[in-house]
Amino acid sequence: MAEVLVYVDHVDGAVRKPTLELLTLARRIGEPVAVHLGAGADTAAATLAEYGAVKVLAADAAEFADYLVVPKVDALEAAYNAVSPAAVLLPSSAEGKEIAARLAVRIGSGIITDAVDLEAGDEGPVATQSVFAASYSTKSRVTKGTPVITVKPNSAAPEAAPAAGTVEQLAVSFGEKSTGTKVVSRTPRESTGRPDLTEAAIVVSGGRGVNGAENFAIVEALADSLGAAVGASRAAVDAGWYPHTNQVGQTGKSVSPQLYIAAGISGAIQHRAGMQTSKTIVAINKDAEAPIFDLVDYGVVGDLFEVVPQLTDEIKTRKG
Amino acid sequence: MSLRIVVTVKYVPDATGDRHFAEDLTVDRDDVDGLLSELDEYAVEQALQIAEEADDAEVTVLTVGPEDAKDALRKALSMGADKAVHVEDDDLHGTDALGTSLVLAKALEHVGYDLVISGMASTDGGMGVVPAMLAERLGVPQVTLLSEVKVEDGKVTGRRDGDSASEQLEAALPAVVSVTDQSGEARYPSFKGIMAAKKKPVQSLDLSDLGIEAEEVGLEGAWTTVDEATERPARTAGTVVNDEGEGGKKLAEFLAGQKFI
Ligand SMILES: Cc1cc2nc3c(=O)[nH]c(=O)nc-3n(C[C@H](O)[C@H](O)[C@H](O)COP(=O)(O)OP(=O)(O)OC[C@H]3O[C@@H](n4cnc5c(N)ncnc54)[C@H](O)[C@@H]3O)c2cc1C
Ligand SMILES: Nc1ncnc2c1ncn2[C@@H]1O[C@H](COP(=O)(O)O)[C@@H](O)[C@H]1O
Repeated sequence: MAEVLVYVDHVDGAVRKPTLELLTLARRIGEPVAVHLGAGADTAAATLAEYGAVKVLAADAAEFADYLVVPKVDALEAAYNAVSPAAVLLPSSAEGKEIAARLAVRIGSGIITDAVDLEAGDEGPVATQSVFAASYSTKSRVTKGTPVITVKPNSAAPEAAPAAGTVEQLAVSFGEKSTGTKVVSRTPRESTGRPDLTEAAIVVSGGRGVNGAENFAIVEALADSLGAAVGASRAAVDAGWYPHTNQVGQTGKSVSPQLYIAAGISGAIQHRAGMQTSKTIVAINKDAEAPIFDLVDYGVVGDLFEVVPQLTDEIKTRKG
Repeated sequence: MSLRIVVTVKYVPDATGDRHFAEDLTVDRDDVDGLLSELDEYAVEQALQIAEEADDAEVTVLTVGPEDAKDALRKALSMGADKAVHVEDDDLHGTDALGTSLVLAKALEHVGYDLVISGMASTDGGMGVVPAMLAERLGVPQVTLLSEVKVEDGKVTGRRDGDSASEQLEAALPAVVSVTDQSGEARYPSFKGIMAAKKKPVQSLDLSDLGIEAEEVGLEGAWTTVDEATERPARTAGTVVNDEGEGGKKLAEFLAGQKFI
C-alpha cells in the first residue's frame, strides 16, 4: 500500500491532537509514515504507533528551533525523497501551511490548504474545503505531483489503529538557504490551563458587549464550568481586553467545536468565517437584530451580564 | 542607493457581498464588486512607514489580476505608493497559488526589489501561502506573519506571534516579509493622495514580458482542480428567546438537552 507522510505537530514529544486526526485521515489513503522533527521522537513514537504510524522518521537538530521554517522544509523534503509518498499531510497551522507551501514549490506539486475532510478517490485524495466564510463547500484534488494537503483541526475524530511505529533516523542536510531567517529570541506563551482554542470541543467567546478586560472573567467562568476554551472577537482583542491568540475569525483562529457560545458578539462576516462550521451555535446578545442570531441553534436576547452568570450557576448546580 | 520596496496586493471580491463560483468553478470575479484585499492594506501601510524612515526609498505595488485589479493598485497609490505594476493576461484566468507565486516571482525579478512585503493572506482564497512560496522561488529569506517590522542597516527584524510563542526574527535583505492585521491600522487615502494617484505610473506586463508560457498558468496549468462547489444550505435559525429573567436557565436546559452538561 502507498505510504502517506504525516508531519507531526508536537511539544517536546507530546503529540498534539490534530496530528492524531491527520493519522486517522491518512489511513484512508495509505499507510501513515510520521515525520517527527526536534526532540522527543521516542516519546512521541508510542502515540504515533497507537494511531497507525507504520514508521516514524525522526530528525533532531538545533536548526529547527534557531531558524524559521526552512530547516523543517529541508527535513520534510528528505523524508519525501526517502519514501516517495502518495500524499503529504500537515496541520493547517500558520507554520504548517508555510512548510507545505515551500515543499509544494520544491517538489513541483499542487497544494490544498485548510481541508476539513479527506477521502480516497480514483484520481488521488479528494479534499473537502469550506470557503467564502463557510457559505460554500468544495471538493478539490491535486492534479500535478504528489498532493500536499493541510488539514484543519477537528476535521476527524482520532481513531486508534495500532501499527509498528518503528523509529528510523532521517538524514537531513540543510541547504544554504535554511539559515536565512534567524530566530533571535523566543518568548513562550504562558499556559492558561484551559484547552487549546482550535482543539477544544467547546468554545465560549466574548465580544465588544463584554465591555472591558476585567469583565472577561464572566466569560472565563462560563468556559471553566464547561471545560471550554475562551475565544474573543476582533473588537474585543483590538480593545486590548483579551490576547490576539484567542481571536476567532478570518484573521484569528478558525474553530470548529461541538459547541460555540458567543456572548456580546454581533456576528460580522469575518467573525463567522472562523466559527460557522461549529456543530451547535449558541448566542447571547441584547440586540434581537444581531446577525449572529441567523446562525444559532439557540439564542437568548438579553443582557450578557445577567444571562451568562445565571447560565454558569445553573451548569454548576446541574453538574453538582 | 535607494531601497526598492515592492508590495504584492490582490484584488478580491468584496467579502460583505454575495461571493460565488463561476461555471468553471473559479471564483466569480465578474458579478461582485472587487476591492484591494483589506489585509494587503496593512502591507502597504508598513511599506510606506519603512519608506518614510529610510533616507531614500521607493514603494512599488504589484498585482496579478484582471483589468479591474487596477482599482486595487489605484487605492494603494492613493495611500502613498509611488508606482504600480499590473501583470495582466487572458491566459492567467484560473491560476492557482503555485502559478500566482510563479508570476509574482518573475515580475519581482523583472522590476527589481530589495524588500517584498505581502499581506498575511488574501481575503478570498485565504490560503496564506504565497509569501512563503515567493521566498522559496526567489531564494531569499522569509520573514513572515510579523505584527511588528523594522528595516535598518540592510536588515529586516520583526516579531512573529505564534500559537505557542512570540518570536523575534532577523534576516538580511533582500527578503520577503508578510505582515498581519496586528501590525498597525492602515491609513486612509487623503483627497490629495487620491488626486496624485491619478498621475502615478502604472506599468502593464503580460506573460511574454515575463518569459512565462501560457501552459504554466491559468486553469489548464493549475496544479489543483475544484471538482465540486456546493452552496451550503444556510443554517436554519433555531430557537431565539427573550430573557425575562430566566434566559440563563433556559439556555442551560437547551445545553442539557444536547448533552453538553
Ligand atoms: C480584514 C478584516 C479581518 C477581520 N478579522 C476578524 C476576525 O478574525 N475576527 C473577528 O471577530 N472580527 C474580525 N474582523 C472585524 C469584524 O468585521 C467585526 O468588526 C468584529 O467581529 C466585531 O466584533 P463584535 O461582534 O465583538 O463587536 P460589535 O459588532 O460591536 O458587536 C457587539 C455586540 O455586542 C452586543 N452587546 C453589547 N452589550 C451587550 C450586553 N451587555 N449583553 C449582550 N450583548 C451585548 C451588541 O448588541 C452587539 O451585537 C475583521 C475585519 C476585517 C476588515
Ligand atoms: N494575485 C495576486 N497579486 C498580487 N499579490 C498577491 C496575489 N495573490 C496573493 N498575493 C499576495 O500574497 C498574500 C497571501 O495570499 P494568499 O496566499 O493567496 O492568501 C496576499 O496578501 C498578497 O500580498
